[in-house]
Amino acid sequence: MADSILIKGGRALTFPGGLTGEVDIMVEAGRIKQVEAGINAGGAMVIDASGCVVAPGLVDMHVHLREPGMEYKEDIASGSRAAARGGFSAVFCMPNTEPPVDNLSVAEYVYDRGVDEGFCMVLPHGAITVGRRGETLAPMGEMAACRAGVMGYSDDGDPVANSEMMRRAMEYARTIGALIISHSEERSLSDGGQMNEGYYSTLLGLRGIPGEAEQIGVYRDICLAEKTGATLHLAHISTSGSVELVRSAKRRGVRVTCEVAPHHFSLDDSMLTSYDTNLKMNPPLRSRGDVEALMEGLADGTIDVIATDHAPHASHEKETEFDRALFGVVGLETCLALVMTKVVDSGVLSLEDAIARLTEAPARIMSMERWGYGTALEEGDDANLVVFDPEQRWTVDPGEFMSRSRNTPYAGWDVRGRVQHTLFKGRLVVIDGELAEGTR
Amino acid sequence: MKEGGGGYRNLLAISSLDKDDVLSLLDSARSFAEVSTRSVKKVPALRGKTIVNLFMEPSTRTRMSFELAAKRLSADVVNFSSSTSSLSKGESLKDTAKTIVAMGVDAVVVRHGSAGAPLMLTDWVECSVINAGDGMHEHPTQALLDLFTIRERLGRLEGLKVAIVGDIDHSRVARSNIHALRKVGAEVVLVAPQSLLPRDIQRMDVAVAGTIDEVLGWCDVLYLLRIQLERVNESRFPSLREYTLLYGLTDARWSELDHKPMVMHPGPMNRGVEIDSSVADDVESVITGQVAAGVALRMAVLYDLLGGSHG
Repeated sequence: MADSILIKGGRALTFPGGLTGEVDIMVEAGRIKQVEAGINAGGAMVIDASGCVVAPGLVDMHVHLREPGMEYKEDIASGSRAAARGGFSAVFCMPNTEPPVDNLSVAEYVYDRGVDEGFCMVLPHGAITVGRRGETLAPMGEMAACRAGVMGYSDDGDPVANSEMMRRAMEYARTIGALIISHSEERSLSDGGQMNEGYYSTLLGLRGIPGEAEQIGVYRDICLAEKTGATLHLAHISTSGSVELVRSAKRRGVRVTCEVAPHHFSLDDSMLTSYDTNLKMNPPLRSRGDVEALMEGLADGTIDVIATDHAPHASHEKETEFDRALFGVVGLETCLALVMTKVVDSGVLSLEDAIARLTEAPARIMSMERWGYGTALEEGDDANLVVFDPEQRWTVDPGEFMSRSRNTPYAGWDVRGRVQHTLFKGRLVVIDGELAEGTR
Repeated sequence: MKEGGGGYRNLLAISSLDKDDVLSLLDSARSFAEVSTRSVKKVPALRGKTIVNLFMEPSTRTRMSFELAAKRLSADVVNFSSSTSSLSKGESLKDTAKTIVAMGVDAVVVRHGSAGAPLMLTDWVECSVINAGDGMHEHPTQALLDLFTIRERLGRLEGLKVAIVGDIDHSRVARSNIHALRKVGAEVVLVAPQSLLPRDIQRMDVAVAGTIDEVLGWCDVLYLLRIQLERVNESRFPSLREYTLLYGLTDARWSELDHKPMVMHPGPMNRGVEIDSSVADDVESVITGQVAAGVALRMAVLYDLLGGSHG
């Protein structure tokens, strides 16, 4: 394999900068060497990118790669391949593994496994509390200082219930320059719930999860962040109420950011009449009104980031009664297409602004320059790039996923926008939409 | 009735039936009711057919009713209940379904604690599926037999005023009855504290009242639901005593009524809670009539799904 690669004839998308006209990008020894029209290929391998956009590799702030502990669902080998195929150069793993990421050994294990596989950066978020039990603070300082450089802390699906604990965690995190990531949920309101509470849960006889369960959590953590001055990131917000709470907090100058998952802006609770367990996730699919509010939140910048909450589950965990099925869907391999189809095509965001929610924004929030990740595509930067055809239509076939699990609600969907090539640190890890194995 | 994935006919929910489906089942039930009055209570309509009663939740009356209905149509019936099955050993519903398919049956009558389980079964079995109650979702044959009972007694359904009293939130009987009654043109008022009403229930085209006294002089049919003590522990209402105070059909309320509505109950009744014992005795004939109607109605359903004309 050639040491240098010439990506020819694509439009580059950079932050800052935006979308350029057709240019060539020469990649050499893992780095971007030159960005210019009409570069001579010389001995370089040439990738035809005409009609394509060449953007910084995508960054997913919220995935579950299930390793260690639940490798039958996914592991870092399969999950990082799925990420690369989805155009991602970095994924941040939630700490709800077994054992959880609540100490430096597990954090470094996750990080090292990502390096071993070499398809993208696999960076762990750490737990706020030991065992994610909400009782004692996990060693954030130690995890931050280890080679996994953990910066984001979250107890994820078992949110810190005790407000005093959350307050102290925020104060401590602020001191060490860490970020608290909140899965906001008031459990006493949501326990036993299976789907969004509303007309459809009534019709289907499924126990509801009220939007207020999320909003109470969101508001509590915004209050605590305001008080402590901590930096807060709200995971997967899903309701119009949450969008409004974040909007007004930002107006007051609270250091808060938030993300939305593609399923929350592309699906709604009326679809659950099929009792399809691939529509079961937490937070649940909300009403059409909520979907509209999320789109408005994306449009006006209230929602900073799009993150997948990629949550693989084995078939036997989904092919079961709705109230026994586990929460979550896979998302890495459909994310870009859903953003193109639902956010860009509908005019909510321009292509540039939509891709920024998958690159520039998460990179800024997670200080990705630490990892040599840049979005300016300047000479000397690590060549983490995604080459995608924004016009190509394709049909989602879960059988083709690299992910070990197939729990997607999008099987058979016709979508637009397909990843052609992914470069990770200058290596082509995805060529023509297929994984490039054995290229190291 | 609704076609399943493999072309099998199913009865999964009243919400997926139309008015004509409902009325034709009621008409058919009327002719089957006659069978139960004969000295030999059997017709050969489903001879050679095999029906599995798959009951994953305790049930006596519904299971017996389906069993009798099947037997009076000369079908063979096998009962599979969770206490004796491998489900208690952790077998999945899907594997159970596959096992049943392998036995070559014509219909599965399923009662399950999880909403949507009968619909899921249609993906996994190659036979008709009949919902005998799924979680808080629907109990279609109960609603049909209730409509049958009302029509037999009052002579019509359209324009009737029906009040349903009690724990609407947890009630599949209420949901199926709301769908069925609205389809045939009856008016429905739900009577319960808001804490026992599911969210946005008004969108099912019903009205809501806060106490039983608001509907007693108004309704033609008073449908009482069984109230469960465990809802007190879930803080849905303060006590059974207070429930009776606001929602119970007490002797005092009953005796004051000039125009007494037809009183219905899906059973089993909590005497002294949703209904006073003396009132229960007064209205017993309707309630046992519901039980008798259940057999006829279920015969109609089984015949409709498995009978000759549809092969």
